[in-house]
Amino acid sequence: MLDFFMRLFRGEDQSKHVAKERLRLVLVQDRTSLSPQALDALKEDLIAVISKYLEIDETGPDVVLERDGDSIALVATIPVKRAAGVARAGR
Amino acid sequence: MAGRVIVVTSGKGGVGKTTTTANLGAGLASLGRRVCLVDADIGLRNLDVVMGLENRIVYDLVEVVEGHARLRNALIKDKRLDGLFLLPAAQTREKDAVTPEQMKALCAQLAEEFDYVLVDSPAGIEHGFRNAIAGATEAIIVTTPEVAAVRDADRITGLLEAHELSNPRLIINRIRPQMVRRGDMLDIDDVIEILAIDLLGIVPDDESIIVATNKGEPVVLGGNTRAAQAYRNIVRRIEGEEVPFMQLEEEGWLSRLRSLVGFGRKQRGA
Repeated sequence: MLDFFMRLFRGEDQSKHVAKERLRLVLVQDRTSLSPQALDALKEDLIAVISKYLEIDETGPDVVLERDGDSIALVATIPVKRAAGVARAGR
Repeated sequence: MAGRVIVVTSGKGGVGKTTTTANLGAGLASLGRRVCLVDADIGLRNLDVVMGLENRIVYDLVEVVEGHARLRNALIKDKRLDGLFLLPAAQTREKDAVTPEQMKALCAQLAEEFDYVLVDSPAGIEHGFRNAIAGATEAIIVTTPEVAAVRDADRITGLLEAHELSNPRLIINRIRPQMVRRGDMLDIDDVIEILAIDLLGIVPDDESIIVATNKGEPVVLGGNTRAAQAYRNIVRRIEGEEVPFMQLEEEGWLSRLRSLVGFGRKQRGA
């Protein structure tokens, strides 16, 4: 019962979120002719390169293509835990 | 000074291009502007019936372009508004009966006589679309808050930019406030965020549109329905006025409660 109300309040069941997410994905393909597989590969390569220098929260990275006016930007949000190999206790 | 040539387009069919063209034209004419509506949907003309002018057609766009009729004789004068005219599409011809160059010349000729030339584009991105945008200096994209329509609007935005119509403005049509409120329809912010183009207006889904179309009367000329008000706002924005966007509905108890409790706003930035 509580769960039901929580869902109601947070609006997780709202179909517009599904619509928005599907649109985001399909527009990436439309705008760049880049397949979702290619974008995934790009994301993995990016993470691999950045992991050499920084310790990344593997569950967090988000790589999307966004159109800003007439140009397309690759926007990567990659949460960093700390510098790789320079682990400091307590941080 | 030459008039403005504005193409109304969408990519996807059935989102309300023709109704939008008719209402913006009628709205602009009711402000005293001289307006010519051009139906560029050759083979599937419909602007004539939406305007209620289908019984007055003598000549059409293709006959004018081919030199079989004078432009002046093909223009149908609206029965309600002085400055409003329609150039109908040909019904029995193919889309490629006209070239983009011919459309460009036609629009330039019309722009000398009219303050506004509104071109109703066919659905699709092929020949008919390229004809419709050829003579335009501005573009309005019509979409509805659905995945397929928004996707096509994005595609059209790219194609318009490739044809140097770089600042298209968006009309979001057929919004259902109740569905938006319960989160079952993309809202205005969602669509704008995804498409990243300027918003020209929002038009609520309104039965009065269907009633008006049945009668062949643009809703903007009728009573004070929500849709009529929405179109009047858009017309004023086209004229350069700053008009605040319509509040679609009072906030419901659920969203009020949500914001009170602190949930529900979380998704916005996501």
